[in-house]
Amino acid sequence: MKKQNAVRGAVASPYLVWTLLFIVAPLLFVLWFAFTDASGAFSLESIKGLSTYGRTFVMSIGFSLIATVVCFLIGYPLAYCMSKASARSRSLLLVLLMLPMWTSLLVRTYALMALLDNGGIISNALSGIGLLKDQHLNFIGTEGAVILGMIYDFLPYMVLPIYTSMTKLDVRYIEAANDLGCNGLQTMFRVILPLTRPGIVSGLTMVFVPSISTFYISQKLGGGSFDLIGDTIERQFQNAVTYNTGAAISLVMMVLILISIGIMNRFTDSQEVVVR
Amino acid sequence: MNKDVLIRLNGISKSYDGETVLDNMDLEIHDKEFITLLGPSGCGKTTTLRIIGGFETPDTGDVFFNGERINDMPPYQRQVNTVFQRYALFPHLNVFDNIAFGLRVRKTPSEEIRTKVKEMLALVNLRGFEKRKVTTLSGGQQQRVAIARALVNQPKVLLLDEPLAALDLKLRKDMQVELKNIQQTTGITFVFVTHDQEEALSMSDTVVVMANGRIQQIGTPTDIYNEPVNAFVADFIGESNILDGVMRKDFAVRFAGHDFVCVDGGFGENEAVDVVIRPEDVDVVAPEKGMLKGDVTGVTFKGVHYEIIVDVEGFKWMIQSTDYVAEGQTIGLSIDPDAIHIMKKSEFSGMFGDYSSFSDEFDKLDKLPEEDAEESEEE
Repeated sequence: MKKQNAVRGAVASPYLVWTLLFIVAPLLFVLWFAFTDASGAFSLESIKGLSTYGRTFVMSIGFSLIATVVCFLIGYPLAYCMSKASARSRSLLLVLLMLPMWTSLLVRTYALMALLDNGGIISNALSGIGLLKDQHLNFIGTEGAVILGMIYDFLPYMVLPIYTSMTKLDVRYIEAANDLGCNGLQTMFRVILPLTRPGIVSGLTMVFVPSISTFYISQKLGGGSFDLIGDTIERQFQNAVTYNTGAAISLVMMVLILISIGIMNRFTDSQEVVVR
Repeated sequence: MNKDVLIRLNGISKSYDGETVLDNMDLEIHDKEFITLLGPSGCGKTTTLRIIGGFETPDTGDVFFNGERINDMPPYQRQVNTVFQRYALFPHLNVFDNIAFGLRVRKTPSEEIRTKVKEMLALVNLRGFEKRKVTTLSGGQQQRVAIARALVNQPKVLLLDEPLAALDLKLRKDMQVELKNIQQTTGITFVFVTHDQEEALSMSDTVVVMANGRIQQIGTPTDIYNEPVNAFVADFIGESNILDGVMRKDFAVRFAGHDFVCVDGGFGENEAVDVVIRPEDVDVVAPEKGMLKGDVTGVTFKGVHYEIIVDVEGFKWMIQSTDYVAEGQTIGLSIDPDAIHIMKKSEFSGMFGDYSSFSDEFDKLDKLPEEDAEESEEE
């Protein structure tokens, strides 16, 4: 028994060291900086100063909520179609969905910018067929562009977990629903949607969290007109003097994310869904 | 029994990946009857049920319901409900909501739903289970919920796909009686699928024995047992000694090297036939008094009787007798004319014969994994 424990400890120790070094320690640093001032003395100044960023928080939450909802509206039917497709087209669709994830997020965002920019491929094409006068799409720099960027970058994170729970869904539940009088749409709302809830919740979380903390997307596609939480934090840390403010904002954002994950998990925990 | 035909299958064929599962099948199901589709793995019984339920479309042939062709009618428009194998209760709903499911889809007023669900819970002996989660119920209770969930919709036909297969023996026996009672109280037509011949015989008005995608025999349980049409049916239903014989003339047959008087006629002179003799119809007598003589090679006590394996010139008979005989003893066998059942030769002749490799354990080991495999295949 003792020997077993020793082995287990030996196996676990690298992970423990990793966790301490790269997860616990940074968190402690964030806490430390958030509650001190530039001289290192305890201070609530940074936390108090957060009120000036209220608009940033609201805007970030709003953008990521919209992106998350749109991702769900696009992603859920897509995941459903994929799970219904034949084995061959299913794997083709999966590859198509994953392919963008094999390139860097920065590259993808840059590419999207090149596509959408004035004089880019899309505006050229539109003016080519006479829909646009002067090759000025004027889309980069709008709220829509930032949200589109989030959707484009994070859609796969919505589709994959939902797709996984769709494929695990036993076809007998669908047959039972049909048998009991449900047409396609009724089956969707009464059986498939509730039974794929675990996938939905992780999809929502996996889109919402990176959306609310992104800074690159808003900088490139927002054309500098939108300052989201991520941008604000990045700026604070590029300048050693404002580490404390940056840490305070980060702390609040972490708490926000924690709360939203907590809310979403309530939907799965309260009724453990057994999908076999 | 009401003899109105409710469902008619006309020349139904179905194959998956070139493998024929149903071969030109015709079947009539009458109103208010308890009909059982009985057969071994892959005989097409589940597929037949799924075609009636609307979950499969036949490759050829037509399905009629009350005289109306319903081949293309989706399951949700059919007046049939199914009790699925392993139940398929909705895990996200409690007992009440599971049973109320069909009524809610049909926008039944909630007061009526409450009354009807209560009635159903009483019918299946689950009063007070409304709020329970289905995942916390035992197999037998889930079974009852599944039946209630189907019956509450007052279907014309209830399809049951091996509904008792997952229950232990005692519970299965209880549920057989209960199902039969429910069928008689509600007057709903039951189409029941099973591989368990005992279950089929004890519950059904009509038994349909299937093998290789074809119906072998349709009849009452007594007909099927007493007058099997071929070696397959004789072997599958109950225990049988099946011997090669020759019809000398009407009412005279020769097998096991002896001439016997029998009660069957209408065969050609000297026509080769299969002869079936049920183990309980053979009398054990003193060796010199018997028509046949053999050595006892095995005796198993079964409670109500002994199961005796007797070697008669190389052919091993099974005999059920309440008298004890010892292993190694030589005994005589006496067979009455009405115990001899003659069948025409069929594709199954010679596939089933004596009990030389017989063992209870073998039987179970052989059958069980196969049956499990079938279900996943057919689904």
